Order: sequence, then structure tokens, then C-alpha cells
Amino acid sequence: MSYKWAIGCILFGMALVQAETIKVCATCTYSSIKEAVLKAQPYDTVLVEKGVYKEINIRIDKPLVLKGLELPVIDGEDKGEIITIVADDVYLSGFLIRNVGTSYTTDYAAVRVIKSKNFRIENLQLEKLFFGIYLEKSSYGKVINNSISGDAVEEYNSGNGIHLWHSNNIEVLNNRIEKVRDGIYLEFSDNILIQNNESLNNVRYGLHFMFSNDDSYVENLFENNGAGVAVMFSKNIRMTNNIFRNNWGPTSYGLLLKEIYDAEIKNNRFVKNTVGINIEGSNRILYSLNNFENNGWALKVKGACYANRFEQNNFLSNSFDISYNSHLNDNIFERNFWSSYTGYDLDKDGIGDVPYRPVKLFSYIVNRTPETIILLRSLFMDIINFSERVSPVFTPDNLIDASPQMKQI
Amino acid sequence: MLKILKYSFYDLMRSKWSYFYFLFYLLLGFLLLFLNNDVSKGIITLLNIIVVLVPLIGTIFGIMYFYNAREFTTLLLAQPIKRSHIFFGQFLGVGGSLTLCLVLGLGIPFIVYGLMKSAAIWDFGLLLVVGACLTLIFTALAFNVALRNTNRIKGFGYAVLLWLFLAIVYDGLFLLSLLIFEEYPLDTYALIGSMANPIDLSRILILLKLDISVLLGYTGAVFKSFFGTNKGLIVALLILSLWIVIPVRWMIWEGNKKDF
Repeated sequence: MSYKWAIGCILFGMALVQAETIKVCATCTYSSIKEAVLKAQPYDTVLVEKGVYKEINIRIDKPLVLKGLELPVIDGEDKGEIITIVADDVYLSGFLIRNVGTSYTTDYAAVRVIKSKNFRIENLQLEKLFFGIYLEKSSYGKVINNSISGDAVEEYNSGNGIHLWHSNNIEVLNNRIEKVRDGIYLEFSDNILIQNNESLNNVRYGLHFMFSNDDSYVENLFENNGAGVAVMFSKNIRMTNNIFRNNWGPTSYGLLLKEIYDAEIKNNRFVKNTVGINIEGSNRILYSLNNFENNGWALKVKGACYANRFEQNNFLSNSFDISYNSHLNDNIFERNFWSSYTGYDLDKDGIGDVPYRPVKLFSYIVNRTPETIILLRSLFMDIINFSERVSPVFTPDNLIDASPQMKQI
Repeated sequence: MLKILKYSFYDLMRSKWSYFYFLFYLLLGFLLLFLNNDVSKGIITLLNIIVVLVPLIGTIFGIMYFYNAREFTTLLLAQPIKRSHIFFGQFLGVGGSLTLCLVLGLGIPFIVYGLMKSAAIWDFGLLLVVGACLTLIFTALAFNVALRNTNRIKGFGYAVLLWLFLAIVYDGLFLLSLLIFEEYPLDTYALIGSMANPIDLSRILILLKLDISVLLGYTGAVFKSFFGTNKGLIVALLILSLWIVIPVRWMIWEGNKKDF
């Protein structure tokens, strides 16, 4: 008797815990996602079939799996925000979301996550958006494999692709972001991993960090962004194996560092940027094994940069290797390869016997009076650069690479 | 005049110096393209050479030719030919043969390396036009110097000094003035200052065509908005041709007046 009762109890319990699957399609019981989400119990699965759903303000306030089959379309018709997640343990995947409303007072997003944990946002395609994926005071989530493609033209009326605000322990992986204001934006967000994303053709920055500590970004590609990548007011950032390419224009940088402490910049490639890295007020940063190729300025070091180390980088065919705006130098340059190095190596140990002076007099003069740049590539400049190299007067005389490599690293 | 032009031209075309000059550019072009195999990069390197070397060669050739052909010129002056025709014909002979050497010497390697298919063809065309202008300008200037100085050594010295001034010293003074007046807005001044020197003008004209122009920053933007447009290009080329016309007119005037 008790045996049978026990089995009955278990079966009953399973029925209670068993998550239901709710289908949404034009001919199903539920033809609107909003309705289905409303009716669903916590931990249910809502499966949305192929079709176009014209809906806004879908609010997910319970743990839920919301999944699109064969990429259904949610069309906001430019009216406002589309999906808002306010509960933990939400899994969202497989939609094409388009036409998010633009507003000058509210930051409408395609998907907004508010104060939630353990979410996973995956395989979304966002088009014609204002803000893309907006994470607000959320943590322990993942944003994976999304493709965001905006049509931003101006900064003031466009939003960011992936926006993190006061969020931590988030992973942003394998996303592709195009033509928005800032590709990925972080503010007050700690312990974030940004890996293997592509951020291209954005109006402002490909990646923008503000007041965010202990984050890493690895293996990303930042190409052709209006102003490159900006990392500001942050500590302990690890930047490795990224490519910064073609950020080319009068106000463009490959990487802009401002007030960054204790960071590591390693194994990155900076190709064809107007300024490879622009460094301002940044201390105790290790730059190693990076490649600077064909940039206007490989490094532009502005005021208050102390105790930085530049080791084993390759500086290849940049118009200027380094520009420095003060006489003081507290940074160390060691064992780099400079393609414009003209010294020799008599003892054949692979290290040049004459120290290399990476700051040219011309770059010093241009810093002082920007108009003099029109003398770029004139014979006179070559001559005074040469004489300054022989006996430095204006450039910091301890700014040398005492062990320049003879071969590319 | 055409006869004189023809005579000077063939005379120079037969001289070994012309061949040397032609072969130099041919080798240079092939070497540059062999080393980096990128037509547009080749143009940047070539720019450095053209704005320095072409004026120098123009000056030296011009002055050498004038002094060497002095007896012949005196002979011609005894004939019933207009003086202006004699000098202008000689000038065109020297300038024309040098330009031909330059255009062929550089053109052949670039065409062999696929210039026609490259997008850089217009930049290269501009480079050649600028090179031709610089040749004519400096030949004309050299003729002027030669006409005024009977003493060969002096004339040679002055001509080289003139080249030195325009190629190097001018930039130095220009830089100095920019640094002295750095507190003031300098864009217009820089624009005018660089237009006043044919070498600077040529350099900037080509720089703006290449993508390193963004390095020029705000000043570059001012320049680009001027030279970058077709109007600016026409103005720049007009100034370059003024740089040819004025010394040539002056040379003819000087030649008419001079007592041989």
C-alpha cells in the first residue's frame, strides 16, 4: 500500500515540477508572444514558430526559456522597447528583432535585462535598432553569437550595440556588431570577459570602457570605427590578441587609453590606424609583443604616463613611431623591433649595438605647433631629424631603446 | 624656333647624360617596385626623390647646357633669328628632353608592374605632371642664372644655391616662422607659405592625394578643403605653371636686353 502511495506521490510531484512547453504561432492557441509569456509558469519553455510578430514591451518576469524556431521576426514598428527581462534564469534565443523605437528621453533597447542573474542571450539578430542588448545592474549572464547591425549615422540619435551598466561577471562572446554608436559599451561593470567579437563600422567607438575594473577583452576585431576603441578610468584591464584595424581619420585612434592603471596589453595588432595607441595619464601598463604596422603614429604618449613598460613590440613602417610631449620620461622601452632602426650588430647577438631613439625631432615639433605637419616628408625635416638623433637636444635623452632587436619578433 | 628646339633636343637626346638620367629613373622605378611590389607605396617613396632630385637635375642640366652651348648661341645670335626664339627654343629642348627621360624612365617600370590596373594611376599621373613642372621650373631658373653670370663657376654656384634655398633653407625658415608665430592662427599663412615654393607645393599636392593626408590633422583638413577639390588642384597647377611662365618670360626679357 505504502509502496503504491509513494509512487503516486512521486508522479504527482513530477507533474508539478515538469516544465510545460507553450507554442506560439499564427494558428496556435497563443498567437502573441506577449500573451504566451504572460500565461507561462516559471521554468516553462515558450517556443515561437516562424512568422512576423508585431509586438513591443514583452516583459519576462519569471524564469523562462523563450526560443525562436527558424528565426521568427519581432517587429517593434519603431514604437519602443521590445523585450524586457526582469527575472533570473532567463534563456532567450533565436529571434530577429527589428525596428526598435528611437527616443530622445528613453533608451529603448531591443532586449533589456534589469537586475537579473544567470541569463543567457543567444543567436539573436538585431536590425534597425536604437540600443541593442542593454544590461542593467545584472550579473552572471552570457551574451553569445548575436549579430547586431544598425543604421546609425549621427552620435546623438543612435544607441549602443551591447550596453553594460553596473553589471558584473558577464561574458560577451562571438558577437558581431556593426553600424551603431558604440559597438560594446561598459560603465561601472567589473569582471567582464569580452571575447572573439567583431565590432565594425561604428559611428563612435568599437568598444568603450568607463569606470570598469578587472575586465578582459581578448581576440576581438575592431575595424573601421569612427574613433577606434576607448578605455577610460579603469583598472586591471587585460587586452590581448585583439586586432585594431583601419581606424583611419583625423579624430581616430586604434586604442585610446585615459586614466588606466595596471593593465596588460599583449599580442595585439594595430594596423593602419591614424594613432595606434593614444596614452594619457596611464600608469603601470605592460605593453608586450604587440605589432604596430603602417600607423600614422604608433604611440602617442601624452602627459602623466609613468612606469609603463614597452617590451618586445614590433614597430613596422609607421610614419612616426612615438610622439612624446614632455622632456620627462619614466617609461621603459626594451627589446623592441623598430623597422626604422639603422644601427648595426657587430657581436651578432641579435641586439643592435647602438641604442634606438624612437622620438623624432619632427614629432616633437608637430606636438608643439601642429601646423608644422605640412613639412611632413620634406628634405629639411629629414636633415634635422638626423642631426637630432646624433645629438638629442629637444627630445628626452633617456628615451631610448637600449636593446633594439635586429630581427622582427 | 622649332629648328632650334629640334637641334637642342636631339643634341641632348644623343648625349650620354640623358641616357644616364633615363637609366637612373628606370632602375629606380624597377628597384622600388621590386622591393615593395606595391604601386601606391612606390609612389610615396618616389615622392621623396622627385621633389628633391628633379629640381637639382633640372638646375644642373640647365646651367651646364647653357654654358656649353654658349659659343653656339653666340653664333646663332649673329643670324637673323629672333633672340626670344633662340632662348626659348633652347629652354624647351633641355626641359623637354629631361621631362621625357623622367616620364619614360618612371613610366615603363610602373606600367610593367601593372599600374594600369591599379587605382593609383591618377596619383602616379599627378606625380609625373608635378615632376615635369619641377623640371621646367628649375631649368628656367637655371637659364636665368646663367644669363646673368658670364663666369661659369659663379653661375654654377648661384644655381646650386638657388636649389639649396628652395629645397631646404626655405623649409627651415618657414618652420622657424611657424614656431615663432605659433600663438596665432597659422592655417592661411601655412597655405600661402607652402604655395610660394614650387617644391613645397608639389610635395603637398601629392601628399594630399595619398592616404597619409589624415596625419595632417586640422591643418590638413584646411589644406584638403582647398587642394582636395578640383578647384584647388587647378589653382595649384596654375601656380606651378606661373612658376614656369614667369622665369621663362624673365629669361627672354633678359636675353633680349643682354649685350653678348
